[in-house]
Amino acid sequence: MPPDPDPVQLAVNVLVLASLYALISCGYVLIYRVSRVLSLAHGELMMLGAYGLAVCASLFSGHPLLALAMSLVLALTSGLAVYGALMWRMTGESVLAAVLATIALGILLRGAMILAFGTQTLYPLSALGWTNPSIPLGDSARISAASLALVASTAVVYGALFVGLRRTRWGVRMRAAGQNPLLAAQRGIRLHAVYALAWALATFTGGVAGMLIACDAGIEATMAIIGLKAFPAALVGGLDSLAGALVGAAIVAIAEVLMIHFVDPLLSDVVPFFVLLAALALRPWGLFGTREELDRV
Amino acid sequence: MSLPKASGYFRTRYEDDAALLDTRWRCGAFACLLFAMAVFPFVASQFALDLANQIFLTAIGAVALMLLTGYAGQISLGHAGLLAAGAFTAGILYRELSAPIWITLPAAASVGAALGFIFGLPSLRLRGLYLAVSTLALHFLVVHVGQEYETRRGYSTGVVIDPPSVAGFTLADARAWYAVLLATCIATVLFALNLLRARTGRAWRAIHGREAVAEALGIDVRWAKLTAFVVSCTMTTVAGCLFAYYRGFVSAEAFSLFVTIQYVATVIVGGVGSILGALLGTVFVVLFPYGIEAAMGALGLTERLASIAFAVNYAAFGVVMLLFLAFEPQGLAGIWRRVQNWFLLWPFRQRPTGR
Repeated sequence: MPPDPDPVQLAVNVLVLASLYALISCGYVLIYRVSRVLSLAHGELMMLGAYGLAVCASLFSGHPLLALAMSLVLALTSGLAVYGALMWRMTGESVLAAVLATIALGILLRGAMILAFGTQTLYPLSALGWTNPSIPLGDSARISAASLALVASTAVVYGALFVGLRRTRWGVRMRAAGQNPLLAAQRGIRLHAVYALAWALATFTGGVAGMLIACDAGIEATMAIIGLKAFPAALVGGLDSLAGALVGAAIVAIAEVLMIHFVDPLLSDVVPFFVLLAALALRPWGLFGTREELDRV
Repeated sequence: MSLPKASGYFRTRYEDDAALLDTRWRCGAFACLLFAMAVFPFVASQFALDLANQIFLTAIGAVALMLLTGYAGQISLGHAGLLAAGAFTAGILYRELSAPIWITLPAAASVGAALGFIFGLPSLRLRGLYLAVSTLALHFLVVHVGQEYETRRGYSTGVVIDPPSVAGFTLADARAWYAVLLATCIATVLFALNLLRARTGRAWRAIHGREAVAEALGIDVRWAKLTAFVVSCTMTTVAGCLFAYYRGFVSAEAFSLFVTIQYVATVIVGGVGSILGALLGTVFVVLFPYGIEAAMGALGLTERLASIAFAVNYAAFGVVMLLFLAFEPQGLAGIWRRVQNWFLLWPFRQRPTGR
């Protein structure tokens, strides 16, 4: 049995993990809500964002803020590129075809990234010239600067999305296209533009998550698994609900951290899938999701 | 069954409608194929023999997945987990109880049936993407259980299994494996074709088309779905068990998500809804890595990319799968049908409408 963990530190760990899962899940939710496509390539797109940061850091060495800004722009445009090159063909195809297309895209991206960058671990934070100090919270807990940035980014991203989806014109268009694509198209909403925007935003948030993980722990070839582990968080909350993604991420993070500390550290990879199966057995459409997908014949 | 693809053949009995080989040409072609496959191990190199064995082994799993996803329409992303279950059943029984193959094979089949029931339970409530996700989660759980066994028992690199022996005859030679795997593959294909011609297959096609209509026609949808899962999963675990014996080695890393995607690719690339598609897809997926290797050698890139050859494989596989999904949704079987139709309908381009 590991030594009794400090409850404040446990809470901090849960908060950081939940923020990570929430940031990744909002990508799943955005794409699913707007275009009803489940993007299983999100983990690889996250890695793409992280590698983008490493590339920009080495390209613009000496100007870390510029490198950061360029990598954010790169993440946004790579989402647009993914939609423009591939996913627009899959609109209207069957569920299986679209999901398989994203899986194939993920495989392609993984191979391409290993070919381009090799298999060794990269540390973009040192390339940027910044450090990752450990900040004490109170007298017993510590949090790393990158994790603090992660929590802050999640809050900012979710706040912006909540306001944007309700107040801005494009946000309303996205919600309309998600609710009823045919009607939205007939009202003059350009569906391809809306879907491209959803993919761009999703890849952007995933890229931010990837960059922050890379700053904390470096880029490894196995980072894409975190993307897959965050998927149950999206599903538990409801695949088309952003608020649900927050709640789902909290649930999965609590379950995982408690399991790691009190049962077995090796279970960390499987706990999200236990939660997923429990959610599918009890409430498949998630806590806040719309029910119509499953009962429609 | 479809119309005969040659003129002069008229069906006079109901049995003719359901027959597998209906024209003389087809019987002749099938006889030639059987002869070629029987002669193959005596003329082929060791490498080609190993390839053929791999094709037959993969074909069993591919036909099983085609029955489940292509005909019954139940999306399953848990295929590698089932293979792992079969392989680990063989491995665990061999290590713990020194069980011979005629115990482990039925044991693997029963584990497959039980897992099929468990994998199939979500399908009673969920459809499409949610079902795919539940099978994905179950895959991870099964592979995790296998990994736990490996770590707890200290087999860090994997469980080693001796070649199986039945009645004193040890199955270690590639030619002997060829005969066994060919027989199993033919039995599997025959089983699948017969199942599809019978009431079960028709029920599966019905629930794939429209569940409500199938229910209205009196088909028990729950029974059909569960049967699809149980049959498919049993076949897959048996394939996994044979895989364990063929390789002589069981390790959890060999059953990654990429293996599942390869099997799904056999269904997609082969063509959904045809057993021929499953076989063509299998040949494609098994030969693909060797083709990439040959292409790399021809381009002179072998030494530079040797350490990351699997990444080239991944990238090429992703590209090919995307191309098939975007441009050839009917897969290789669809291409074959187009070629057939071109010859059959010549000099016409397509069938006249309103026939």
